[in-house]
Amino acid sequence: MSNQTSFWEKISRIDRRWIFLTIAITVSVPMILGVDFAAVPSPMVEDIFHRIEQLPAGSRVLLSYDYGPSTVPENQPMADALAYHLLKRGCKVYMMAVWATGERQATVTMERVVIPSFPKAVYGDDYIDLGYKAGNTGLMNLLFTNFKRMYTTDRTGKDIESFPMMQQIESLRSFNMIFSISSGQPGLKEWVQFVGDRGKIPTSGGVTAVQATELYPYYPRQMFGLMAGLQGAAEFESMVIEKYPEYAPMRTALRKMAPQTVAHIAIIVLVVLGNIAYFTTRKRGK
Amino acid sequence: MPSMKKMVPLFITFISGAMLILALFVPAPPFPGLEEEFSIWFDLIAVFSFLLGGGNLLRVHLKKVARQERDWMFSLVTVLGFMLMLFLGLFKIGANDWSANYLASGTAFKWMYDAVFVPLQATIFSLLAFFVASAAFRAFRAKTREATILLIAAFIILIGRTPIGVMMTSWLPKSLEFFHIPNLSGWILSVPNMAGQRAVMIGIALGIISTSLKMILGIERSWLGGNDK
Amino acid sequence: MKTPRFLLTSVSMLLLFLFLTPLLCFAQTESTPPIVPPTPPPMPAPLEVAASDVPNDGGSAIRVSWQFPNELEYPPVGFEIFRYEQDGSNQSIVKVQSLVREYIDTGVTNKLPYSYRVQAIYRDSTGRETAVSAEQSQPASAHITFFDFTKINLAIITLILLGAILGYIFYAGRGKEMTIRKIAGVAAIEEAVGRSTEMGKPVLFVPGTQDMDNVQTIAGLTILASVARMTAKYEARLDVPVSRSITMSTGRETVHEAYLASGRPDLYSDDIVHYITDEQFGFVAAIDGIMVRDKPAACIYMGAFFAESLILAETGNGIGAIQIAGTAMPTQLPFFVAACDYTLIGEELFAASAYLSGDQRAIGSLKGQDVGKAVAMLLILFTSLAGTVAAVTGGGAMEKVYQFLWRLTAASF
Repeated sequence: MSNQTSFWEKISRIDRRWIFLTIAITVSVPMILGVDFAAVPSPMVEDIFHRIEQLPAGSRVLLSYDYGPSTVPENQPMADALAYHLLKRGCKVYMMAVWATGERQATVTMERVVIPSFPKAVYGDDYIDLGYKAGNTGLMNLLFTNFKRMYTTDRTGKDIESFPMMQQIESLRSFNMIFSISSGQPGLKEWVQFVGDRGKIPTSGGVTAVQATELYPYYPRQMFGLMAGLQGAAEFESMVIEKYPEYAPMRTALRKMAPQTVAHIAIIVLVVLGNIAYFTTRKRGK
Repeated sequence: MPSMKKMVPLFITFISGAMLILALFVPAPPFPGLEEEFSIWFDLIAVFSFLLGGGNLLRVHLKKVARQERDWMFSLVTVLGFMLMLFLGLFKIGANDWSANYLASGTAFKWMYDAVFVPLQATIFSLLAFFVASAAFRAFRAKTREATILLIAAFIILIGRTPIGVMMTSWLPKSLEFFHIPNLSGWILSVPNMAGQRAVMIGIALGIISTSLKMILGIERSWLGGNDK
Repeated sequence: MKTPRFLLTSVSMLLLFLFLTPLLCFAQTESTPPIVPPTPPPMPAPLEVAASDVPNDGGSAIRVSWQFPNELEYPPVGFEIFRYEQDGSNQSIVKVQSLVREYIDTGVTNKLPYSYRVQAIYRDSTGRETAVSAEQSQPASAHITFFDFTKINLAIITLILLGAILGYIFYAGRGKEMTIRKIAGVAAIEEAVGRSTEMGKPVLFVPGTQDMDNVQTIAGLTILASVARMTAKYEARLDVPVSRSITMSTGRETVHEAYLASGRPDLYSDDIVHYITDEQFGFVAAIDGIMVRDKPAACIYMGAFFAESLILAETGNGIGAIQIAGTAMPTQLPFFVAACDYTLIGEELFAASAYLSGDQRAIGSLKGQDVGKAVAMLLILFTSLAGTVAAVTGGGAMEKVYQFLWRLTAASF
């Protein structure tokens, strides 16, 4: 009996490096094995998919990259799948970034999804990469009244007026829909507060799981849908794949669901162990 | 009476604060676009102050290196890293011409960004996965009734965010659909969590309004170094 | 020999016939005039072109709107809008795409009348364009509005809030005693500074990762002023790494003044507040390094934090420091609560400086905030009640009350 108690005492005071090791193993093993998990779409993700499906061809859609390399595993699959779905629907996709680090992520989408999947799409006519501009929410305010005052060139420095798809853009009101993929501030929340709600422009997007709880209050009135974390990205990917199976080889979020699932279970097991240890040692202490 | 050094910033704060509040309600010129104008001014100041920050970084670390204080090697790495990136970016090493973007593909800066900065940033962020586990292990103990409720909610959300949650309770009949784990997890997030979240947000918004107002009126001056008591 | 030649000729003739027949048939149909001539697709003109002042603006915009059928088999490629000035001169101002039915012209001069003409542009398969124009609209002019009446609800709520906060501030300023409940986290700050002094270890203070345009950073610096007074009093070492240059300059001023006010300018050095980097995770890595090397006995985090919250707090926990955090970032609160000894939740961050300074007027402003909370609670309560009653009774007068309350709390009235 005393042996058993001392075991639980050890558990309750375990060196946290053992916990780190457990997490490392539970995340890396399913990643190496490459197990695929299915994702059942939630209503918030279904809303995004269906709204895009209902967009008439030629609709102008803004896709803002408001994140950096650190949250790529969660955010990049969202942006990639969105860009694919929008171009598949014949929408005009305008990529921009409110974060300096977002500029590079837009290039990733172009290289991974847009150029290989849509060889016939013309840069400047069907999609454009406007790049990053400084100013955070101040920039959003500026773009709201005058888009071309800030964006005089595209990312590569070419005159904005030389692109046919830019000729119909006056302000953010010229867009039929706005998406922000974000991992902090300014991000989707600011797009909703400063632009979407103010100009009655349908706004939505995806955020990291940590941020998601902050966005729920805006759904469904001010924000028509939300992809929350890796799970949200995987749900959207699964919907896109169901309708357009050609996207399947490009899926990334679905592939990461297995490590996340196993890691969640590992954390649950750790918390249960911690509680057993807590109650056993507390009883003994009494 | 506050000194002149404090009067000037207080005056600027009052004027710009009051004008921005008015701009919310008055659409007549010059109020529209004032916020943009002020944001641009803020950015301008921030750009110049960056020189101040960079200068300070160099000063602090060069001092450590010169005096060979404890851990001075780390300071040396910091200074060298800073200077290298500054050099690569400023002189656009590897770029075809001067008009090219410093982050254009082929530049040395872009290479350093992809090969050093990106993995480092991802590494630090990934630490979260480990820290979440260790913090959860330590903090999630059913010590009180509230803590127990929190613990149960956490379990439901954790399982509900994975395919396991879908599998576990998919056998439930239609009448008990509410107890299907993904639905239950969705309910916790969108009802009790959101109610609490909104209450916290309202409190925060009021706190921000009150703090801003105290600053605009010059009642709160601790940020200027005290209240001249 | 005759036979083969005859055969050859016959076969050639046959082949020629076989090849020519379809061609002849084709030529036959081609030459026949069509029974029904091809009708050109209908090309309707825009209808009901109207111009009107954009309400509640600075008087520099006119809204042009028109009607157009949505379900055309051959829709136009777009619309071209012409602006007519009073003297009859006109110019094309914009080409918009075919889904657009409204355009806001911001290139007008206040008070001058303008009228507009909208034409639909059709393009046939050869690329030839045909423009079909609508009647010129009635003239309209732009007018300046001095108060945006769609925001009247916001103005009233703002006035109530400002009135309550200012009222209590002046009430307290006239010597009325105000009380504030004890905030455990704030009370613990002095204890933590004391402990650092005893152990001969530094106090680490992080005023968030955002710039001075974030109110939370300012709240963090107001708390820093009190902490600096304590470290000056106890002669404890203070270390304030920051991630923004402007925060560094302001933070220096704050700490310098605090040391002066405590009569210890000799203990102050510019290096107390030092800049690291604007980059979020670079900043975190540097602070983690400082923690692991210097082992501060107290870590205080006050301001706006993002993902770095848990990375900082877990490292602080690992070195056994007393940790006190305060933030108004709702998403980061759980992490601080889990990993720190004390956490100031949301508005407590803003209340902390009032608590620490003991300034009656600052405490009075908190009382004003409570009035705001009461207003919010009553609005939520009445709107939910009215909505529920309206849903149960199926509309009627209660529905109108509900709609009114709902609009009252919306962004524009």
